[in-house]
Amino acid sequence: MSLSQTVRGVTFQNPTVLASGIWGITASSWRRVAANGAGGITTKSLWLAEHKGHPNPTIISTPHWTLNAVGVPDAGLEKAREEIGDYNKKKPVPLIANIIANTVDNYGKTAAEIVQLQPDFLEVNISCPNVEDEFGKPFACSVRDASAVTKAVKAVSGKIPVFIKLSPNVDDIGSIASACAEAGADGFTVINTVGPGMAIDLRSRLPILANKVGGMSGPAIKPIAVRCIADVYRATGGKFPIIGTGGIMTGEDAIEFLLAGATLIGIGTAIGYRGAEVFRMVCEEMTAWCEAEGVKSVTELTGGMHRALSSSRP
Amino acid sequence: MTCGCCHNRLPVTHRIASVKRETEQVTSFTFAVSLGAKPGQFVMVWLPGVDEVPMSIANDDGKQLQITFFAVGDTTKKLALLKKGDLVGLRGPFGTHYEWKPKQHLSLVAGGYGAAPMFFAASEAAKDQCTLTAIVGARSKEHLLYLDAFAKLKGTTVSVATDDGSQGHKGYNVELLSALLKGKKKPDQVFACGPERMLVAVSDLCHEQKVPCQISLERYMKCGYGLCGNCTVDPLGIRLCTDGPVVKNELARTITEFGKYHRDHLGKKHSL
Ligand SMILES: Cc1cc2nc3c(=O)[nH]c(=O)nc-3n(C[C@H](O)[C@H](O)[C@H](O)COP(=O)(O)OP(=O)(O)OC[C@H]3O[C@@H](n4cnc5c(N)ncnc54)[C@H](O)[C@@H]3O)c2cc1C
Ligand SMILES: Cc1cc2nc3c(=O)[nH]c(=O)nc-3n(C[C@H](O)[C@H](O)[C@H](O)COP(=O)(O)O)c2cc1C
Ligand code: FES
Repeated sequence: MSLSQTVRGVTFQNPTVLASGIWGITASSWRRVAANGAGGITTKSLWLAEHKGHPNPTIISTPHWTLNAVGVPDAGLEKAREEIGDYNKKKPVPLIANIIANTVDNYGKTAAEIVQLQPDFLEVNISCPNVEDEFGKPFACSVRDASAVTKAVKAVSGKIPVFIKLSPNVDDIGSIASACAEAGADGFTVINTVGPGMAIDLRSRLPILANKVGGMSGPAIKPIAVRCIADVYRATGGKFPIIGTGGIMTGEDAIEFLLAGATLIGIGTAIGYRGAEVFRMVCEEMTAWCEAEGVKSVTELTGGMHRALSSSRP
Repeated sequence: MTCGCCHNRLPVTHRIASVKRETEQVTSFTFAVSLGAKPGQFVMVWLPGVDEVPMSIANDDGKQLQITFFAVGDTTKKLALLKKGDLVGLRGPFGTHYEWKPKQHLSLVAGGYGAAPMFFAASEAAKDQCTLTAIVGARSKEHLLYLDAFAKLKGTTVSVATDDGSQGHKGYNVELLSALLKGKKKPDQVFACGPERMLVAVSDLCHEQKVPCQISLERYMKCGYGLCGNCTVDPLGIRLCTDGPVVKNELARTITEFGKYHRDHLGKKHSL
C-alpha cells in the first residue's frame, strides 16, 4: 500500500501536510512536526514586514470546535529568510511557504521575495477571516480580487507552483476557484477557517476572544470542508491538485477528503486534540483502511466520489 | 471524533475571593475554585477587555486556587487594581509539573515570583513526608515572598539570600544552593523557578554536582495547550506549554536557546 503522492512534480511520502498557522513559526518546529510523520509542512502566513496580531485570548476550544483570532502575527521577511534558510539546510519533507499581504501589489512583492527562498510550493492566504477589521473582506470573497492576487503572484513565482487558499465563507467557492484557475493558479488549499464565530463568557457577558470573533476550525467544520473541496474539484474539472483542509481528525476523515477531490490533506487543529503524533496516526489509519478495502495506492482515491456519482447516474 | 482531554480550553470567569498585597509590586488572588492543578502547572489568566497571560499556580488545595503576580506591564498592572468580587478568567491548568518520590529530600530554589510555585511544590511534597530546604532570593528584604508560608510547612528549612544583604546571605540564592550541594547532606533533587539567569546557574551547578534537577522555563504563551507553536524552543522544536514549563535538567541542557534568547509574540528572537 502506498501513501506517496506526487503533486506538481514534488513527491510527498504521505499526503498529510501541517496546515498553516499551527506550530509553524520556526524551522525547529517544522522538523519536529516532520519527525511526527507529516508528509509536508506549511509555514505560518508570512508578511513582507512585521505584522502585529491580536491580544489574547486568541485561541479557545471545546471538544467540537476551535475558534482562533491570532491575527496573523509575523516578524517579517528577515525572520522568514532565517528560518526557511535553516530548514533548507536539513530538510526532512517538502516545505510550503504560505504568504499573506494587504494589497494585490504587496502579494506580488511578498511572493517575489519568498520564491527566492526556494520553497516547494507557494500557498497564498487570501482567506483569513481574522483581519477583517484591519483590511476589510478577504480577497477570497470576490472573483475579481482573488483573480488579481493570483495574477500578481504568478507573475513572479517562476517555476514554483502556486496554491490559492480559499475561504468557505462565500456563496460560490467554485466560481472563485475557476477565476483563480484562469488567472494561472496551479492548485488550491481548501479551506481556511469558517465563520467567523463567537463565544461569550457568561458571568462577564463579554466575548471571550479579544478580537470578539474568530475563525472556526476542528471537527465541527469537516462537512463544510468536504463540500467545498467537492465544489472546487467539480468547478475546475478535476484538473487541479487540492490540499484538502478543515477538521480532519482521523485516517477515515482523510480518505473522505481524497474522495471529495483532494490530493494532499492539511491537518491543523487536530494536533490540539490528538497530539503531535496525529500525523503518524492518520497515516496508519489510512493504511489500515486501504488494506482492508484492497486499495493499492491513495492516488486511486482522489475524486472518487465524483466518479461514483457519475457512474451511478441512470 | 472527540476526546475528553480538552474541557479546560475555554476561559471561565471567577470572582476574586480575596486579594493579598504581598509587596509593593506583588499581589496574590485567591479564587474559590479548584482546577485540580499540580505544582509547576500554569493557568492562562484573562482580564476581559485587556489580555490573557500565563501564570504559575501558587496553590490549588482542592478547594481554592491562588496566583501571585508582579505588576510589570499593562495587563498585570491592571490586574493589580482589581478587588475582591471582581471577575478574572481562568483557563487551564496546562503543562508539566514537578515530580518527586515520598520521603525524598528536596531543595527548592526560588527567585522572584518563583517563590509561589515553589511553595505549592513544597506544600504538596510535605504531604508526602519529603524534607525540604527552601532557598528564597530577592533584591532586598521587602521583596522576599512566601517566607512565612514556607516556615509554617512541616519538615521545611528556609534560607534566604538578598542582593543587598538586608536579610540572610548577601548575594545570590544559588550560592546557598552551591554550599548545600557541596556539603554532606546532598538533596535527592533540586527544583527551581525564577529568572532565567538564575535557572542557568542552578542548571550548571546541578549538572556539575550530578544532582537531579527540575526547572520551570517560560516562553511567550498563546493557546497554552500545544496548538499555536508560539512557545517552541530551538533546536528541539518542543512546545514549553505541553513539554514544559517544568523540564528535567538533561532536557533543559539540550535547549540551546536556554539562557541565550527567547521569542516574542511575533516569533522574533530577543537575547536574554
Ligand atoms: C509558564 C509561565 C508562568 C508564569 N508565572 C508567573 C507568575 O506566577 N507570576 C508572575 O508575575 N508572572 C508570571 N509569568 C510571567 C507573566 O506571564 C508576565 O509577567 C505577564 O505576561 C506580563 O504581562 P503584562 O501585560 O503585564 O506585561 P507586558 O509589558 O506585556 O510584558 C512584560 C513581559 O512579560 C512577557 N509576556 C507578556 N505576555 C506574555 C505571554 N502571553 N506569555 C508569556 N510572557 C508574556 C513579555 O514577553 C515581556 O517580557 C509567567 C509566564 C509563564 C510563561
Ligand atoms: C491557531 C490557528 C492559526 C491559523 N493561522 C493561519 C495562518 O496564519 N494562515 C492560514 O492560511 N491559515 C491559518 N489557519 C487556518 C488553518 O491553516 C486551516 O485552514 C484551518 O484551521 C482548518 O483546518 P483544521 O480544522 O485542520 O485546523 C489557522 C488556524 C488555526 C487554528
Ligand atoms: S502556547 Fe501555543 S503551543 Fe504553546
